[in-house]
Amino acid sequence: MAPNRIAAKLSDRGKGVQPALAKGGRLPYFPAPTATDSTSQMTETSNNALDTFPKLLLEHARARPRHPAMREKDYGIWQSWSWAEVAAEVEALACGLAAMGFKRGDRLATIGDNRPRLYWAIAAAQALGGVPVPVYQDAIADEMAFVLDHAEVRFAIAEDQEQVDKLLAIKNRCPLLEAVVYCDARGLRHYPASDLHSYDDVTAQGRAIAAEDPEFFRNEIARGKADDTAIILYTSGTTGRPKGVVLSFDNLLSVARTAIEFEKLGPDEEVLAYLPMAWVGEHIFSYAEAYCAGFCVSCPESGATALMDLRELGPTFLFAPPRIFENILTQVMIRMEDAAWVKRRLFQYFLGVAHRTGPALLEGRAVSWRDRLLYRLGQILVYGPLKNALGLSRVRVAYTGGEAIGPDLFTFYRSLGVNLKQIYGMTEASVFLCIQEDGAVKPDTVGPPVEGVEIKIGEDGEVLFRSPGTFQGYYKNPEATAEAKRSDGWVHTGDAGFFDQDGQLTIVDRARDVGRTTCGALFAPRFIENKLKFFPYIREAVAFGDGKPFVTALINIDLAAVGSWAERNGVVYASYQELAADERVYDLLQGCIEQVNRDFAAEPHLAASQIRRFIVLHKELDADDGELTRTRKLRRNIITERYAPLVEALYSGVATASIETEVTFEDGRKGSMRAELAVRDIVTAPIPTAAPSPILREVEAAGAA
Amino acid sequence: MTVADAAAAPILEVSRIGMSFGGIQALSGVSLSIAPREILAIIGPNGAGKTSLLNVINGFYHPQQGEIRWKGEIRRRPQPYEAARRGIARTFQNVALFRGMTTLDNIMSGRLMRMRRNFLWQAIRIGPAEREELEHRAFVERIIDFLEIQAIRKVPVGQLAYGLQKRVELGRALAMEPELLLLDEPMAGMNVEEKEDMCRFILDVNEEFGTAIALIEHDMGVVMDISGRVAVLDYGRKIADGSPAEVRADPAVIAAYLGLER
Repeated sequence: MAPNRIAAKLSDRGKGVQPALAKGGRLPYFPAPTATDSTSQMTETSNNALDTFPKLLLEHARARPRHPAMREKDYGIWQSWSWAEVAAEVEALACGLAAMGFKRGDRLATIGDNRPRLYWAIAAAQALGGVPVPVYQDAIADEMAFVLDHAEVRFAIAEDQEQVDKLLAIKNRCPLLEAVVYCDARGLRHYPASDLHSYDDVTAQGRAIAAEDPEFFRNEIARGKADDTAIILYTSGTTGRPKGVVLSFDNLLSVARTAIEFEKLGPDEEVLAYLPMAWVGEHIFSYAEAYCAGFCVSCPESGATALMDLRELGPTFLFAPPRIFENILTQVMIRMEDAAWVKRRLFQYFLGVAHRTGPALLEGRAVSWRDRLLYRLGQILVYGPLKNALGLSRVRVAYTGGEAIGPDLFTFYRSLGVNLKQIYGMTEASVFLCIQEDGAVKPDTVGPPVEGVEIKIGEDGEVLFRSPGTFQGYYKNPEATAEAKRSDGWVHTGDAGFFDQDGQLTIVDRARDVGRTTCGALFAPRFIENKLKFFPYIREAVAFGDGKPFVTALINIDLAAVGSWAERNGVVYASYQELAADERVYDLLQGCIEQVNRDFAAEPHLAASQIRRFIVLHKELDADDGELTRTRKLRRNIITERYAPLVEALYSGVATASIETEVTFEDGRKGSMRAELAVRDIVTAPIPTAAPSPILREVEAAGAA
Repeated sequence: MTVADAAAAPILEVSRIGMSFGGIQALSGVSLSIAPREILAIIGPNGAGKTSLLNVINGFYHPQQGEIRWKGEIRRRPQPYEAARRGIARTFQNVALFRGMTTLDNIMSGRLMRMRRNFLWQAIRIGPAEREELEHRAFVERIIDFLEIQAIRKVPVGQLAYGLQKRVELGRALAMEPELLLLDEPMAGMNVEEKEDMCRFILDVNEEFGTAIALIEHDMGVVMDISGRVAVLDYGRKIADGSPAEVRADPAVIAAYLGLER
């Protein structure tokens, strides 16, 4: 039932609101108040601090009952629920769960894609004083068994047959799991298990109980306190078993409120909830901030339609990891290739204008009237329609984070006028540690610390923080808690970084991978390699420098990109090996590296990371040869060992190096490959006294091109 | 399938069907019945007459001998559209969709038969015609949701992968709200994952809508897993009919598939 239709049917605005008057059959959340209890209700709400999410839910249901709170696209239509309806749904589920024996302190696992019912399950568990434990929906049965067993989960809510099947498969390993509630009955009708309950049955029972004892729900909510555990989020942990991060209401609310104030979010924001519910960012953006600010959260029809739904919805506030922004950009570029000549030329021309002018306009810097006019024209002809097609027209705040984002990608969106910013955070901090400020955005920093957050750099370069969002501890894992959260309150992030002159934090690498050159300068291999890999010509790069006098690199060319460059520039080659060894390819890469060096020179912490010598490898680093992991991460020690003669050549001053490597063919046969490779020296860039900001240089470079 | 279902009167009975094309006897004396809510697999070597049998059931071919009884009623020379109207839908071995039309329109076309207004009303699209179209659209949306093809709702089917086209074709058949669904090799040319999906959809259709399903399939794993009963044809004759376990043990079936030991 659309909220506007309810609104149309109710002329009696603002008083005792009864959504059920409208056809649609949802139960009224607020019974028509009598003279006495309406006053008591008012005073109760005003006395009671809004320090838990269920209390916020009641407050929104009272203050803006008909304002949409949740939407889901289903059967091709956006279905919506107002705050009053959501409150009624949560009440029904909470009462139904209580009737099944859910007690204060019990854990409720929620498993599935972003669905309104699962968001309500989180609120229902919190209302009863329980703790929701969202589980990644694509977790394999093994991981799920670990989390459910470790969190001592008694109740689980699963989206559909797929998740129920997984739960039933691990049931014998989770002896505490008593009952499974499923949202979608499809395919489950003939399951014999007696501990399976349909969501509709549970809520039907809950409604009956709520009708009998209307105060039960409110009383349970009133018992909640700010320092109660709000949620346990399991981090996917790259090493060892996942750890359950315990966050209190106070953690989540203080962080969410700071972020809302920082970005001036109001009740009219539009947000698409499409990232996994078990991820802390999703929980903050689509639950905590929504409950604080009172805005509406929309769930896509399915994972595959998320980008289309994004376009229909036109969100005002958006988070996406870099790979999603990259996907969108790739799609645009592919479609432009097929466009008519005029359109293509128009697109290219105005993209150039945007590149020159867009970021400056977004940051309020001075721009000539001619460029302003051109940008305005581009807005009408290109940027406006393009953003509309991507669903980015209304975006006021867009975040990205989690991994390094390429400067080209980043400036592309900013030049179109999308206010894309980087954030830095982690589950242990209830997400936010740093957010880039409007008007002071650089492609390679993550911004200054958020208000209330203190950050310092440890002696070994590790980033440490203190924040109101600091987690309570890892669930049932005091050793890990003590290791991360020291007695003085500083939390060790495991990331290495530094503050630049403007007080913005730059994250360079995992702390344990960071080394030092013999002259004592910071050496962060992944940061250097990422910088190199942002060039389309470079597929892989391996930086050396730990315990060495200066930094050097082995480079893998990208065959597709360098191949097409060779075609355009008349470079003839017969094989990968021949192309990689070509003098002009070396020149091309030298240009790329010199640009990286100029960037490093501008930053005192990185000036010593300039690359002095490099070799282009004759073969691609390959997972089959054990040089990369299956997820394409470098295996440093294997590479260092296998290419030892090259590394030696990089530091010995010779002009060529010869190497013989073993290769594994796809059918498993092994062969060897011998090559004579050139070593190229690079003159490092001078270190300027007052460095211009990287964006300015970006713009100049674009203007020159 | 419950005992009551099996005991219920069959919705379709074909008895002693004989059919030849010139000198080739495609079917001879085939009798077969399909009970409500059951999944029947029809298997047999190439050229055994499986597709001919499906064509006879939905009126593409008219057999020279034998009779077809639909819910106890005999039809002499049924036309395909009559079969469709009475609740028999089918999909084809080679996908037969409108390639230039979107998924949505293709599935909508399956509702045509159930439109009560004539095409003039439809063209003007006012009042009752509009309401009717909205109802049909809502029904089609349920099918799209059921088959999990929301993401390709507005994509012309010609651009879709083969596995998805098969799914759209199933959707169009479902749009007719059939009581009997004939599937001619629904999993041909699919990869393992697509096959698993299709199996799940077939089982779900059977379970959720109570549709009886007769399918031709070559993948024996699939046949043994999802069907309640298996009928085996060889050179136009039915050589076995029973539960998957019975059929698998039947010497005549083994002979037909592996050749007879002499």
